Amino acid sequence: MTAIQERPAAEIGQERRRKEDQRLITGRTRWTDNLTLPGMLHLAMVRSPFAHARIVSIDVSEARTAPNVVDVLTGADLGESQGVNINAWPITPDQVAPVHLPMPSDRVAFAGEVVAVVVARSAAEARDAAELVDVDYEELPAALDLKEAAAATDQEGVLAHPDLGTNRSAFWKFDSAEAGTGGDVDEAIQQARADGIVIEREYRQQRLIPAFMEPRSVVVDPTGEQLTMWSATQVPHILRFALAATTGVPESKIRVIAPDVGGGFGGKLQTTPEEWITWAVARRIGKPVKYTETRSESLVSGHHGRDQWQKLTLAAEKDGTVTGLKVELLADMGAYVSLVGGGVPVLGAFMFNAIYKFPSYQFNCQTVLTNKTWTDAYRGAGRPEATFAIERLMDELAAEVGVDPLAIREKNWIRHEEFPFTTVAGLEYDSGNYEAATARAKELFGYDELRAEQQARRASGDRVQLGIGVSTFTEMCGLAPSRVLGQLDYGAGGWEHASVRMLATGKVEVVTGASAHGQGHETAFSQIVADRLGVAFEDVEVLHGDTQISHKGLDTYGSRSLVVGGEALVRAADKVIERARPIAAHMLEASVDDLEFSGGRFAVRGTDQGVAIGEVATAVFAAHDLPDGVEPSIDSEATYDPVNFNFPHGTHLCAMEVDTETGELKMRKYVCVDDIGTIINPLIVAGQVHGGLVQGIAQALWEEAVHDESGTLVSGSFVDYLLPTAADTISFEIDHTTSPATTNSLGTKGVGEAGTIASTPAVVNAVVDAVRHLGVHDIQMPCTPERVWRAVNGAGSGGSTEGAAMPHFGDQEAAGNQEQPGTASTEGAGA
Amino acid sequence: MTKISLTVDGSKVSDDVEPRMLLVQYLRERLGKTGTVIGCDTSNCGACTVHLDGTSVKSCNVLAVQADGSEVTTIEGLAAADGTLHPVQEAFRECHGLQCGFCTPGMIMQSVDLLKENPSPSEEEIRLGLEGNLCRCTGYHNIVRAVQHAAGQGATTGAVQA
Repeated sequence: MTAIQERPAAEIGQERRRKEDQRLITGRTRWTDNLTLPGMLHLAMVRSPFAHARIVSIDVSEARTAPNVVDVLTGADLGESQGVNINAWPITPDQVAPVHLPMPSDRVAFAGEVVAVVVARSAAEARDAAELVDVDYEELPAALDLKEAAAATDQEGVLAHPDLGTNRSAFWKFDSAEAGTGGDVDEAIQQARADGIVIEREYRQQRLIPAFMEPRSVVVDPTGEQLTMWSATQVPHILRFALAATTGVPESKIRVIAPDVGGGFGGKLQTTPEEWITWAVARRIGKPVKYTETRSESLVSGHHGRDQWQKLTLAAEKDGTVTGLKVELLADMGAYVSLVGGGVPVLGAFMFNAIYKFPSYQFNCQTVLTNKTWTDAYRGAGRPEATFAIERLMDELAAEVGVDPLAIREKNWIRHEEFPFTTVAGLEYDSGNYEAATARAKELFGYDELRAEQQARRASGDRVQLGIGVSTFTEMCGLAPSRVLGQLDYGAGGWEHASVRMLATGKVEVVTGASAHGQGHETAFSQIVADRLGVAFEDVEVLHGDTQISHKGLDTYGSRSLVVGGEALVRAADKVIERARPIAAHMLEASVDDLEFSGGRFAVRGTDQGVAIGEVATAVFAAHDLPDGVEPSIDSEATYDPVNFNFPHGTHLCAMEVDTETGELKMRKYVCVDDIGTIINPLIVAGQVHGGLVQGIAQALWEEAVHDESGTLVSGSFVDYLLPTAADTISFEIDHTTSPATTNSLGTKGVGEAGTIASTPAVVNAVVDAVRHLGVHDIQMPCTPERVWRAVNGAGSGGSTEGAAMPHFGDQEAAGNQEQPGTASTEGAGA
Repeated sequence: MTKISLTVDGSKVSDDVEPRMLLVQYLRERLGKTGTVIGCDTSNCGACTVHLDGTSVKSCNVLAVQADGSEVTTIEGLAAADGTLHPVQEAFRECHGLQCGFCTPGMIMQSVDLLKENPSPSEEEIRLGLEGNLCRCTGYHNIVRAVQHAAGQGATTGAVQA
């Protein structure tokens, strides 16, 4: 029990190399698709090529006789046994949502929906036979364009689900005057029209695809007393609950395991039709069954993200002091209201006001059903959209007032001495220092020098112009206080669970309800426990992702694992210490009051007598000599419900070079200084920031899910959906300032989504800044060279990109979901 | 069915395979070499990269029958027999060049080949050399650092590169 002597002074803050890596760099991995069970059968899905069609008939006879095919099943065959895919967040009591059967038998509502499943002895044979299933469809008009879908009625236009009589799913509103958190926004706008500045803009949040690297895979073994599902999921606990709630299997008979999971980014925060179909088939046939999607299937059927029109009105005084912000959103749900569904744009409702002291604020969101792939959380989920809007608007305001974009921000942001600060959206920001982060970022960036170079290039009429983009973002993360989720009508809580088990040999097992898929929980959580209990980093084992081991949890999303799950862990560890204390006192023949715990050791104050916590664990295991009435265990658990959200912030600065003759873009420099409170492992944090940045940059410059005029996803493979490569990206300069969070013991804030939330507007602001003197005030995302060139040449914000997105399809017009933003109202959003 | 014989990670193997079977399917489904993974169906992602007779290939782009008589090295055969990691494996851990780890086998195999061709690559050459391998977690920053580190360029491994 001498390990404590070898510990560094503190594990928290150390750049520990990850415990996870050894198996991952040697190929000793447990991806779901790597699993093979005796007698296991394989599935292949038959998917609709049409966005909206009636299923007239399905002929499976030929497929059924193909080699080694065990069965071919349709929705009618599975009936009620297939269960239903649920929406956990009906954002209003009167939300309109179609029933989402995993495999419908009468009508398909998006291209890619499953209509039949083939069961065969090998995956290849299943796929071969799937080609033989003959489905007769009667094609129906498809609702594709978001604005048109919002405007459609049962009298006019196209309905995604005709039986519902509308495409409007739910309307959600927050008004600061009604809520008592601020003034009347319409009055502020009226006042500004008379004697101030009004900035009105319409921005498009294009549809994105999470595109985690590991395609989704699911294995179901129905042969034991418990039915076991392995799934490439972020949410094993939610998955288990939803299976029980919708398929009639008692929760206690269900074990869900998320083994190694290859990325999620929100894309695996879902309960999927494919999981439900695999579950139903395995139960029906009584054999282990596996389904692994192809990448093309993943892109068309895994949920998409973003997809909003944002109509924005910002009111300010002539000097640039903001007085009001009105937001009117249209949010495309796709064909079904998914697990989080309309909750995604609602998560943005509290973030449009960002770090600025708006006296009045109104948020209106209309969610809309269309015949496209369903949408749900994608890294940031609601907050990137909000941050993009406000950070673009602040640049526009700066241009209107004629001052530096940082100056307009500083004029309006919450000063560090004003924390804690209650915002116009009703949230209390606990800590932050926007001045410090901005000062550090400017210094690293060489802000003044780059501004001087920009001036020189403008003065000389250089073909390559330089733009500087700013994003002083904040976000709300650490989802979430259960009380608040209840007020928002979310179907579950936001707590997290942890337990700490002290083994007889001095090792420590930590069980967490968070479910990592690349974040490095095993390493970071080991550091926390090592410090808290004074044991060696190497002696801590972190277990997660199996509902039979981690029986209780709410999984990983919304930058919650550390700030909620980590706090649960701290509290469980503290309980271990308290349970060990009377036993240690007994062992030391001392009074409990005379003991102090430090560095993993209970010591008798004023003496050299002491006992290590591992020795207490061993004594408890033997249980030969415990105080009377003391239970022979010091294992402990804790369930923590956060008291507030968590508010990381930062200043991101981006320099872009724009070739005004070709529209070519080159990122010159990217600097960010994030304040994420106390940092547990700087190496892991840097990785989260880098990866987050590139996903946000990719929205600004490259990625877009494009549907053609018949609703086919034309960016449906990695040939067409433009994920950035190493050659497209640059190295980043990152640093941190630290304002510890005041709402958790460690002072930590979330970091998983920060880079993605902050970077998109920084990049677009830089691109626009480079050509603003040429009369450009917006370029639609993704800012392709073509759009930039068109904008420079006087064609508004650059027009649609569908032609470029579908070169194989010739010159045809497509994708009504991409038209230009304009002065037309965002029909249906807002009062 | 066609009979093929080859060496995979130092072991001789021989099987009858369908002519259409891809090398990656053969590795995973017949040999249980699940360290090599499949990330796409269009040869874009590079997650399945292995070495075929010492050169990196995307094993989804090679038929199993084309590997007949060849020597294949996967991520599982890269470390020394005693478990000592290859310097590139070590560098990926040291520089936090992986998060979820799904692209990592392909990324490491491609990096090994890149450094064999060019032992002292510039950052630009590293980025171009890894262009055929997609990663969604790291933003490539620390992957580039890892290759620099493996090349003995003393790349910063610390979190803050200010």
